[in-house]
Amino acid sequence: MNAPDLLVTRTSKAARTAAVLGLILLVALIAAPWWAGSADMRLMSELFLYLALASLWNLMAGYAGLVSVGQQAYVGFGGYMLFALTILGGLHPQLAVVLAAGLAAAISVPVAVLIFRLRGAYFAIGSWVVAEVFRLAFAQVSALGGGSGSSLPVGIVKSLAETRSGREALSYWLALGAGAGVVAAVYLFLRSRKGLALTAIRDNELAAGSLGIDIWRTKFLVYVVVSGLTAIIGALIFLQKLRISPDAAFSVNDWTAFVIFIVVIGGIGTIEGPIIGTLIYFALRETLADLGTIYLLILGLVAIVVMLRAPKGVWGVIRDRFDLSLFPLGYRVMPDPGSREGR
Amino acid sequence: MPEPILQIDKLDAFHGDFQALYGLDLTIAEGEVLAIIGANGAGKTTLLRSIAGLMRNEADQIRYRGRPIGALRADQVAGLGIALVPEGRQLFPSLSVEENLQIGGRVGRAGPWSLETVFGLFPILRERRHQASTSLSGGQQQMVAIGRALMANPDLILFDEISLGLAPIIIKDIYDALPGIVGGGVTAVIVEQDITKALSVSSRVYCLQEGRVSLESASDNVSREEISRAYFGIS
Amino acid sequence: MEWLNAVVQGVLLGGLYALFAAGLSLIFGVMRLVNIAHGDLIVLAAYLGLSTSMALGLHPLLSLVLVVPVMAAIGYALQRGVLNRTLGEDVLPPLLVTFGLSVILQNALLEIYTADPQKLSAEVMETASFSVGGLTLGVLPVLTFVVAVAAIGALQWIFYHTPLGRAFRAVSDNQDIAQLMGLNKAHVFGLAMALALAVTAVAGIFLGIRTSFDPSIGGGRLIFGFEAVIIGGLGSLWGTLAGGVILGVAQTVGAKIDPGWQILSGHIVFLLILAVRPNGLLPKVSG
Repeated sequence: MNAPDLLVTRTSKAARTAAVLGLILLVALIAAPWWAGSADMRLMSELFLYLALASLWNLMAGYAGLVSVGQQAYVGFGGYMLFALTILGGLHPQLAVVLAAGLAAAISVPVAVLIFRLRGAYFAIGSWVVAEVFRLAFAQVSALGGGSGSSLPVGIVKSLAETRSGREALSYWLALGAGAGVVAAVYLFLRSRKGLALTAIRDNELAAGSLGIDIWRTKFLVYVVVSGLTAIIGALIFLQKLRISPDAAFSVNDWTAFVIFIVVIGGIGTIEGPIIGTLIYFALRETLADLGTIYLLILGLVAIVVMLRAPKGVWGVIRDRFDLSLFPLGYRVMPDPGSREGR
Repeated sequence: MPEPILQIDKLDAFHGDFQALYGLDLTIAEGEVLAIIGANGAGKTTLLRSIAGLMRNEADQIRYRGRPIGALRADQVAGLGIALVPEGRQLFPSLSVEENLQIGGRVGRAGPWSLETVFGLFPILRERRHQASTSLSGGQQQMVAIGRALMANPDLILFDEISLGLAPIIIKDIYDALPGIVGGGVTAVIVEQDITKALSVSSRVYCLQEGRVSLESASDNVSREEISRAYFGIS
Repeated sequence: MEWLNAVVQGVLLGGLYALFAAGLSLIFGVMRLVNIAHGDLIVLAAYLGLSTSMALGLHPLLSLVLVVPVMAAIGYALQRGVLNRTLGEDVLPPLLVTFGLSVILQNALLEIYTADPQKLSAEVMETASFSVGGLTLGVLPVLTFVVAVAAIGALQWIFYHTPLGRAFRAVSDNQDIAQLMGLNKAHVFGLAMALALAVTAVAGIFLGIRTSFDPSIGGGRLIFGFEAVIIGGLGSLWGTLAGGVILGVAQTVGAKIDPGWQILSGHIVFLLILAVRPNGLLPKVSG
């Protein structure tokens, strides 16, 4: 008797359905400037940018095992580079955003060399110290407003687009592009060989090392790339806000605490997790924001409960329950529907 | 027949998903010296760790003087009078020789063993009492490990491969001290790779093979052939 | 002379930082846990001192009599109720849970006390000073330093000369075998956290007397404590004192150069030491 013909595939029905739905959603979102109001577009922009930050932090912490509490360093750095390159350097904002990424990646190299000497929670706090150094350093730069910060001059703002609605649409599209782009980049990266190496490190560092994977190099690369991309997001954030100050640029709460909560609640170590987490976070924020500090308290409590009871987050629960994977990374073996045996 | 001091009933034990013990049945009479032999991976250490409370088992699977202890924590089991001399000695590196012994006595049970009597049994340790425990030779560390277990004045001592990694003359010295340990009515379970040694000091022997009992016999009434078959699982 | 004064002030400031760091160092030594909420717990102690001294009309130092046991009890409950569940191989749970704890503490304090800066008033002691060889030393900084040395000395004594200390060291060496000695590790960890928070309570009160505080400054105190621990070397309590002193001196000397550079100087010295001697100056455990 013949063995049944088997099909080895990466995709699944759920993933294909999700891809189609996702594409439809993407088209609808691109068309938003024609059907959404200004306030809604600002909210969605914020959502996309947080999604990007969360996906990047998740890649570092959930896959590379680098739990950083200092990514606000690069958010702020990106923002300040935008302001510096446009105001002092006379560059066009969009060019400044791209350059900011390169500069951030460059500065992240010596930072990584330093803080990679620390492990675990000490690495986390070390990354926080670096962010504090950035904050204190930029507060000393009077050309960029020192401790009280500065606003983006009208001329630069106007150079983005002539009309106000044009600028709103551009800001929105940049944010949407960033959010979708980062998620796509993370997905494609994790599907690649390098991404596989990273997942191996995540699962068992010792075993991965014995297979010949250069652990330090891989983590170092991830740190540098993530920092560069985080700087782009930071630049886009402050391009929207039109104003920057050291406390706002390097805020632990805004750029790290909320991001961590999003990833933990959504599901760390999965691609879908940050998406779910961002949606939940914004849903909570819109409904509970009036409660101010109580809202943050609840957020902290939820994060702790999730970490203790359901450490894989909301998506982890869904995935384990329904064996679902919308961004398929692994391979499946199933009977070949094309052959007679598999029917 | 008097109640056995330890009764093991269909004991299962797992390391994660891997099953190490399959429905083990075992009886230990009070005051006897029982040997447990078997190849590496047969489940000997898992058995001792289960008795000592370092692994979670069903309560009824392990009964001590009739009382179900399978689900108790290791510190609770220690308080009942069961002591383990762990495989590989496992002394506390941050503690001196004397401190290792002192912490062994923490359980605070009454009995003949104290710092003085332990030093009497192993005089070399008295000289080195303030040294870091891991700076001692292998044989001396084994003495500390045994002394540490004795300090708890246990009624049941479990020895896990005390000859591992030691020179034959050191092994001889340690086993020479054994009668002094078990003489006072203490029950002993000795897990050993050295079959001759195990048979010579014990009254009964169990052989484990892949998590099951493959042989039970009086130590002076078993042939080499029977042991080989039970040890390697060849029938 | 001015510079000598700055150095001396830095040494004394180091005492406060050593107090911040002692609890962190102890907990890491016993259970390899880094508590991100540590700074917020220092601030909590300051607020407890505030409420106690206001409600009972006590001098802040006297309020220690109440605040220390309360913080110790909080530590024990926190460890057994929440933190024990996070201990294990994975580094993520303790980090994220203590991070969540930090946010909860900050916002709870905000709710109860508002964001207004507060201060524990110790009246005369705050400004009293005496002269030694041309230098003017404040009573408060000197007292803080003496208390820090005493606290670390007490912790060392506990660790190396008491049964409790033996239990701490044994559990830290080998959790399984320590249990064979009749040690309930959940309880031992609880006691360690209780002890750490007792020292943290002292740190909080002295912080509150020295400067004004509000719910948001916890993060900064955590960083100072952490820097002191790393500079001094993990696993060594006296090293933590040395680390605190070095950090303090770095800050005061930096402030002498430019007042806006005080905290930044501390960070820079920390990063330098991390670059040159990543294991710290007197390490017993590698990071």
